[in-house]
Amino acid sequence: MRRSTRSNSGLRKIFVKSEFYLLLVIVAVSLLFTIMKPSFLTFTNIYGMVESNSFLAIMAAGVLVVLISGGIDISFTAIATVAQYVMATIVIRWGGNMFLAFAIGGAVGIGLGLVNALLIYFLRTPSIIVTIATMNLFYGLLIFISGGTWIYGFPMWFMERNLVRFGDNPGITIPILVLVLSFILTWLILKYTALGRNIYAVGGNQEAARRVGISVLKTQLFVYCYMGFLAGVASTVQANMMLTVAPNALMGRELEVLAAVVLGGASLAGGTGSILGTILGFGLIIIVQNGLTLLGISSYWHKVFVGAIIVISVGITAYQRKLRERKGAIINVEE
Amino acid sequence: MSKSDNKRGILSKNSEILSLGVILAVLVLLFSLALPGKFLRPSNLQSMAFQLPELGVLAFAMMITMLTGGINLSIISSANLSGIIMAMILTRNVTPNMGGGELGWIIFLAILAGMSISLAVGLVNGMIIAYIGISPILATLGTMTLLEGISLVITRGYVISGLPRSLLVIGNGTFLGVPVPLFILIAVAIAVAILLNKTRLGLSTYMIGSNIKATGFSGINTNKVTILVYMISGLLAGIASLIMMARFNSAKAGYGSSYLLVTVLVSVLGGINPNGGFGKVSGVFIGLILLQVISSGLNLLGISQFLTLALWGALLLGVEALRLAKRRVR
Repeated sequence: MRRSTRSNSGLRKIFVKSEFYLLLVIVAVSLLFTIMKPSFLTFTNIYGMVESNSFLAIMAAGVLVVLISGGIDISFTAIATVAQYVMATIVIRWGGNMFLAFAIGGAVGIGLGLVNALLIYFLRTPSIIVTIATMNLFYGLLIFISGGTWIYGFPMWFMERNLVRFGDNPGITIPILVLVLSFILTWLILKYTALGRNIYAVGGNQEAARRVGISVLKTQLFVYCYMGFLAGVASTVQANMMLTVAPNALMGRELEVLAAVVLGGASLAGGTGSILGTILGFGLIIIVQNGLTLLGISSYWHKVFVGAIIVISVGITAYQRKLRERKGAIINVEE
Repeated sequence: MSKSDNKRGILSKNSEILSLGVILAVLVLLFSLALPGKFLRPSNLQSMAFQLPELGVLAFAMMITMLTGGINLSIISSANLSGIIMAMILTRNVTPNMGGGELGWIIFLAILAGMSISLAVGLVNGMIIAYIGISPILATLGTMTLLEGISLVITRGYVISGLPRSLLVIGNGTFLGVPVPLFILIAVAIAVAILLNKTRLGLSTYMIGSNIKATGFSGINTNKVTILVYMISGLLAGIASLIMMARFNSAKAGYGSSYLLVTVLVSVLGGINPNGGFGKVSGVFIGLILLQVISSGLNLLGISQFLTLALWGALLLGVEALRLAKRRVR
């Protein structure tokens, strides 16, 4: 028993990681799609695929951080919707610039995330319950106050998506840039800051974390505000792509994002998860959807495939854990 | 445990129901004052009684899994799939000039098929949770997506409508002035209450929710109980689908999707502990009436239904704050 756990060579470590299997599946699936439809593996297709899903991916980074801390957030699509409304209203009425638009979106998100964090901490109620309540609260109030009308007529500067152009290629667009930046930021926070390690600690064992002197309140405040911040930023990206603000554009997609993050190896029990896993989990889902579309398979089938992928992959992980559980506790921190 | 401890336990359990009852009474009073002669009018009570049951039956489907410390996110998509299958059997085989006996037989077969699907979904949910060890929220999130996909593939997103008139009674009929679906809801509530309080399965359900390992060591087959609980949850979703189908005279993928998180909300509002082990049918029932009273009252006042959503959320937070305060006092 002891020998087998001791002889952990570097190579072995790679094979054990769930990210490795995800990567294998992605490569296999991509290969299959490329053989069946060569247009899959083109720059334009992949770029378009990533860009059109960028706002969901940005929120996924936030969900990852919340899951690592041992919580869950259902309200982030409602937060994003509120942030989008506020941002669009201000920008259209008083003008501004791109940076300001993102700052407004992010600030509204942080504010609402703060509400979540305080309620979760002080009510001592599971985060899933609090955020279901705040989802209804935020969204209901927003539509009640705003009347739920669509918003059009963004200023000219808001309509520009390209930052740098390389010939006919799209170059660097705002959604892609913001996506990359938010992933790097999340990675840096999780890996290189004391705060990031605290998030893992609180998620792994809240009581133990409290006893070694980590402030659970501060950690949770950061986690839910960060989730809100990314939701606000993501909603600005979505507005930048769609150029309209619709009250139901983002609602109802929270479980989809959650599923992608969990597919990437984050555990709902907290304490585990990595940004690489999230990229791969999210990537697998959008690759499958994109490939099926290219193959001309009706979009009605997408959910069947996505559902099957979730059940199978989560099932494999859970079953492996069940087998390993007999060997003792596992701590899995991003390395 | 001493006698006084027991007494206090019973008292505090009832005080939970009592405080919900007080909130309900206050709300009814406020709405009656704001809407004199309108809110408590029989027609309004009747329309409330028509709207309540579908959410109510779904809430019990959610509640019973939450008692084990789980959750069932697939109830709505499972209900829609059974509704679609039932509606397809009915619309394909029923002709306008069909005899009563034959019609009854087809309706019976359709309902049998719908309930079988619901039970099968529950069985699958229960098995992957119990044997593979996927956490309930993820397992049912997966089956939810899968079932929704299957429904979409079957229907291509279209509505299936035009059901036999004799079936619509289930959703729209009244008996002695009381809507038929309300009878179904009350029957479901009583059945769930008996199941939870008077049977071994019910006791095991609460025990699993409190401590699944200890329950296993005490000789109870926790896997079997989990599977049965999810099958019952599935069956309740099937019953809800029957009400929904009869009320809308149609079936479609995506009907009632906004109910999903509301069923969690109403369960917790009614005193179900999201970690499992605690909660009563009566609490959930009062919670349901509370939500319905808010919804109908605001509707009569001409206030947007979205404020209703916001108030539901606020009510849940308020009740949680109240519970916290109570725990602190003790």
